[in-house]
Amino acid sequence: MKKLQILGTGCAKCNALTEAVRRAAAEIGPDHEIEKVTDLRQIMSFGVMTTPALVVDGKVAVAGKVPTHDEIKVLIGANA
Amino acid sequence: MENDLLDRRCRGRVRALKSSRTFAAGGGLVVRLLLGAALLAVWWTVYRRLDTLAEWLAYSVLPFERGSHLGAAVEFFAYESPKVLMLLVLVVFAVGIVRTFFTPARTRRILSGRSESVGNVLAALLGIVTPFCSCSAVPLFIGFVTAGVPLGVTFSFLVSAPMVNEVALVLLFGMFGWKVALLYLATGLAIAIASGWVIGKLKMERHVEEWVFEIPAGAGESEAPPAWSGRIRAGTDAVRDIVGKVWLYVLAGIAVGAGIHGYVPENFMASFMGRDAWWSVPLAVLVGVPMYSNAAGVIPVVQSLLGKGAALGTVLAFMMAVIALSLPEAIILRKVLKPRLVATFFGVVALGIILIGYLFNFLM
Repeated sequence: MKKLQILGTGCAKCNALTEAVRRAAAEIGPDHEIEKVTDLRQIMSFGVMTTPALVVDGKVAVAGKVPTHDEIKVLIGANA
Repeated sequence: MENDLLDRRCRGRVRALKSSRTFAAGGGLVVRLLLGAALLAVWWTVYRRLDTLAEWLAYSVLPFERGSHLGAAVEFFAYESPKVLMLLVLVVFAVGIVRTFFTPARTRRILSGRSESVGNVLAALLGIVTPFCSCSAVPLFIGFVTAGVPLGVTFSFLVSAPMVNEVALVLLFGMFGWKVALLYLATGLAIAIASGWVIGKLKMERHVEEWVFEIPAGAGESEAPPAWSGRIRAGTDAVRDIVGKVWLYVLAGIAVGAGIHGYVPENFMASFMGRDAWWSVPLAVLVGVPMYSNAAGVIPVVQSLLGKGAALGTVLAFMMAVIALSLPEAIILRKVLKPRLVATFFGVVALGIILIGYLFNFLM
């Protein structure tokens, strides 16, 4: 069960990333916990400066842009 | 012994494969460069012929008369629209690639610990090329400040990044010529440097919310630098993102400009926005500060004001006030800055913009 966190304060790109992650995760399997983090202090605790960002199991996978559907699947699937 | 031989042969084959792959990759690069050059050539040929194309469209294809108001307006629109859009695509693509060389983490490393003055100049310049989205203004601010970038230097960056952007520059260049674009660039940088420097001198560090400093400095993103295909992807992504967002505004702006070009009499605006109305500059800035718009959205207004007699300094001041400062931005910054610092920030930048407005009304 992977924990996927999307860091962002609520702009259009952050929502786009959330949607894209949901779609990609649904394709891989049902065991994903998806959480949207909007609290600034929590976002900064990951050391991220550019939102939106995707955190997989506690590690920052991508920051500052919305990756393609396939790229997200790799990012979610690659961390064993 | 046998294994040795096998090993060596295997290694030899791997080496041959690797070198052939590099050759293929090198070949791929050559193909891509040729493709890029071909696209550029096509772009240039079309670009040069746009005025003839526009004329042909307005008067040969469509039944307008030369010299008529509508004909002039249509020709203006037919010329300016593809011209500006083509410029936008080219420049946004190029800047998108340049931005892959300047991540926020790298910018932060360059700026951290710098003295003022030098830091302010660097920050303002880096603001142009570092990728910046207004939603990440706050994380960026916190990231900079906690990593040792002086407060004033951070502010120089925060002023320059949204204001001096390639969309504004391209639009100004495409619609008003390179002199206006250069003016905007130079004055934008000057304001970013000066206001950051002033705020640094005011020593307002204690007006930053305390919790910001309690955040440990993150390591920043440790992504490996992208390959060239990734950089080109970033360029095309940028075109799709940015041009996709603003093209309608651009066309609207040009349509407004076309209407004015054809119909509104000259000097219509001169009476209350011309050089002689001394209060027009502060008024323009006052009106512009709370407004929020991206660079493309404010161009229609700029078009109408400039085209009919408003003074250049006043119009530039208005444009800068709209883009650089806004009520939404004040609200966002309030999360990390105490009210006094937000007010000082806005006040200093607004003052700088007003001064620039006066300066150019005086010079032009």
